[in-house]
Amino acid sequence: MNPSSESEMDPEPKKAEDLPSNSENSHGPVHPQSPFPDEVLEKVLSFVDSHKDRSSISLVRKDWYNAERWTRSKLFIGNCYAVSPEIVARRFRRIKSVTLKGKPRFSDFNMLPLDWGANVHSWLVMFAKVYPFLEELRLKRMTITDEGLELLAKSFPGFKALSLSSCDGFTENGLKAIASHCRHLTELNIQDSITEEVGGGWLSCFPENFASLEILNFSSLNGDVNFDDLERLVSRCKLLRVLKVNESITLDQLQRLLVHAPRLTELGTGSFQQELTPRQYEEIETAFCNCRNLQVLSGLWEATSLYLPLLYGACASLTFLNLSDAPLQSGEFAKLLAYCPNLRCLWVIDTVEDKGLEAVGSSCPLLEELRVYPADPYDRHHRDGVTELGFLAVSRGCPKLHYVLYFCRRMTNAAVVTIVQNCPDFTHFRLCIMTPGQPDYLTNDPMDEAFGAVVKTCMKIKRLSVSGLLTDRTFEYIGKYAKDLETLSVAFAGSSDWGMQCIMEGCPKLRKLEIRDCPFGDAALLSGREKYEMMRSLWMSTCSVTMKGCRLLAREFPRLNVEVIREEGGDEDQAHKVYVYRSVAGPRRDAPPFVLTV
Amino acid sequence: MSIPQEHDYIGLSEPLPSEKSSDKMAAAPSPSSNDERNSVFNLKETELRLGLPGSEAPERKGGIGIGVSLFGKDLKDESKCVKSFVSGAKRGFSDAINGAGKWGLSINGESGADLMKNGGLNCSNESSVKQEIPSVKPVAESKSEAANTAPASKAQVVGWPPIPSFRKSTLATNIPKKDDVGGKSGSGCLYVKVSMDGAPYLRKIDLKTYCSYAEISSALEKMFSCFTIGQCGQGLAAKEHLSESHLMDLLHGSEYVLTYEDKDGDWMLVGDVPWEMFTDSCRRLRIMKGSDAIGLAPRTMQKCKTQN
Repeated sequence: MNPSSESEMDPEPKKAEDLPSNSENSHGPVHPQSPFPDEVLEKVLSFVDSHKDRSSISLVRKDWYNAERWTRSKLFIGNCYAVSPEIVARRFRRIKSVTLKGKPRFSDFNMLPLDWGANVHSWLVMFAKVYPFLEELRLKRMTITDEGLELLAKSFPGFKALSLSSCDGFTENGLKAIASHCRHLTELNIQDSITEEVGGGWLSCFPENFASLEILNFSSLNGDVNFDDLERLVSRCKLLRVLKVNESITLDQLQRLLVHAPRLTELGTGSFQQELTPRQYEEIETAFCNCRNLQVLSGLWEATSLYLPLLYGACASLTFLNLSDAPLQSGEFAKLLAYCPNLRCLWVIDTVEDKGLEAVGSSCPLLEELRVYPADPYDRHHRDGVTELGFLAVSRGCPKLHYVLYFCRRMTNAAVVTIVQNCPDFTHFRLCIMTPGQPDYLTNDPMDEAFGAVVKTCMKIKRLSVSGLLTDRTFEYIGKYAKDLETLSVAFAGSSDWGMQCIMEGCPKLRKLEIRDCPFGDAALLSGREKYEMMRSLWMSTCSVTMKGCRLLAREFPRLNVEVIREEGGDEDQAHKVYVYRSVAGPRRDAPPFVLTV
Repeated sequence: MSIPQEHDYIGLSEPLPSEKSSDKMAAAPSPSSNDERNSVFNLKETELRLGLPGSEAPERKGGIGIGVSLFGKDLKDESKCVKSFVSGAKRGFSDAINGAGKWGLSINGESGADLMKNGGLNCSNESSVKQEIPSVKPVAESKSEAANTAPASKAQVVGWPPIPSFRKSTLATNIPKKDDVGGKSGSGCLYVKVSMDGAPYLRKIDLKTYCSYAEISSALEKMFSCFTIGQCGQGLAAKEHLSESHLMDLLHGSEYVLTYEDKDGDWMLVGDVPWEMFTDSCRRLRIMKGSDAIGLAPRTMQKCKTQN
């Protein structure tokens, strides 16, 4: 390393707008002499992957900023509206992988009107111009049309991986373009699609000599695919390690696929119920036994006790069992669990009830993540589901538990206090007591002490979703104790502006805050004004925020986009749905008429 | 336990993209089996005598919630009601909270369970506070309570509980039957898959949107008409309801029969049992080639005669 070599500044003179708004490069003296030559710095940086680390690196000094931007190959944009394609294209020149997230999370629950935005098209146009070597595109909660998919398929000859999570806007025609044109595709991963009928014809568009696929997930698409084409595809893709089919694939079809791909590490089955001859049953059982590398299992639509035993032979190395599409009863569930000693992650439906969760407690000592979804979220069938007892049972048997998503109809403060004592390492605690504003069912107290216990006991808590009857006390606790909290979801809670104020004045690491149906008004909104630029976003709906409050905020902080989604026939002064986020790109240019940037 | 057969919520379930809230409103019949809890458009009941959450009229306890009018203002204009329901009522909820001050703390004194039992929407003679009624407070019922009281109207809140859309259709259709559940399955949507022999893809329909076999037959006919082979396809499209000759055409010309798989896994001919029983037990539908349904067709003829 030659310390005296002059570090060469970037070939392109940097314009002021290239720098991030919070960059420290724009003020203070800049050392002319770097201890490292650029080449060395760039080489070192090429090993740094995390976008958070890279962001920190870029803030050190100008030459580090430049070295970083020349060597970054993976782009992560957590809010597609926080920056524009033009700004990104100017700063980064050699991008191979892009992750883009769009709509606020509440769009998953139909709280955003259609056509709200987050259409990836303008990004694709820019990428086609500036990043011809793009290999990966990962989208979450964005809209991508068939046109977009076609553009994608035709613009990037080396394109390898497409991942769409909770995306919409496309039909099978777009997927046909991908299948036909992406010769080097290794990953086609469509999860949680919210598209209406997407036919299955796209699968037949992979050319006969196409064999590079490693990951194929079409479990959330409805359409029937041509099974013969699928079978041929699977048999020639020798590197296939993740295969998640949709419900149209039957058990005996699955068996034939498994015969071609015994080395799968992740499997999503199709429909798991079919009239089988004894011979077929045996063949399927054998096929599963031959899957010795299986770590992740999902699908299992309509699985019943008759067919679950087919799986037993494949469960020895299973670490993630996803039963969120298979409502099982406690007995058959417990039997299955006995074959899965290595489970670290389990998703189930509450039809297994507390009894099933007791089995989890006794069979899964290594469990780290548990999600329990409700079979009957609108309480139409008046089923028991799970209660605090099931949660308690799991906490007793699974001390390593650190991620929980739990939908229930009743809970007590005492139970949660005990649960976090048993499992003090929670990083993600998402408790959903399904009736809004429901108190502790034994004492009728608010659930304040429960969440107080969570934040006091679990020092590492990063994500919290609260529910039940909650006063401002809960937020006092959270603001005071949850030092590492990054994401907070609040619904039907709180007593006054003070509650939200506690959050905004505490929680130093808060990044995402989503609030609905709480008595927080303008004072609450404005109490956080210093904080919003350090956060990704704030969502407030059906609270007491007014247009006036929004305007005040927007005026004082021009680098925040304060957007109000208007509702028809509502009071003109009320801001029904407010979405606040930091942005260097200014107000949205593609906002539909019902989105008003204040 | 008396659970209403019909929608017991103001049909504002997670709004599907193609549906407007106004359509849903029009379709929602009276919220409960009690006559007192009339249709939400019962203007007579618009006199708001809302008790603060936690308070309850003794004479109403465990009984019928009278005059649960879910609209504060704008009741004259129904269509406007519909829209303002979505926004106004929800706003009303937060208004009610604000208006009532620290209602959260007042709950402490009262019995929260009672609040829940009566849905917090009871009109009370004692404390009459005129404000927009929060219509978005579903009720936590315990089974015993439900047995005694009329089930409170469960106003459904958009986006709550927070279950993503892609999960819902699985859950709606795949709830396994439980032997010890005494009550009938409640209302709501019931999506079942419909397959047709020879068609390249399946469809899903919501059984709850139909009230009779005739309706579902014609809907399916429209849905699958592009696959119907033979000359009968054209003629049928124009007709609005299924008549006997209609059905005969369908059967003779295109040779298709509508069958369904019931809870026990058996394949049955559609039309034999009363409509409610059918929707309760139907898990999926299959439009089968008549040749595969040999022996079933004649009964369909007879059934058709008695139905029409």
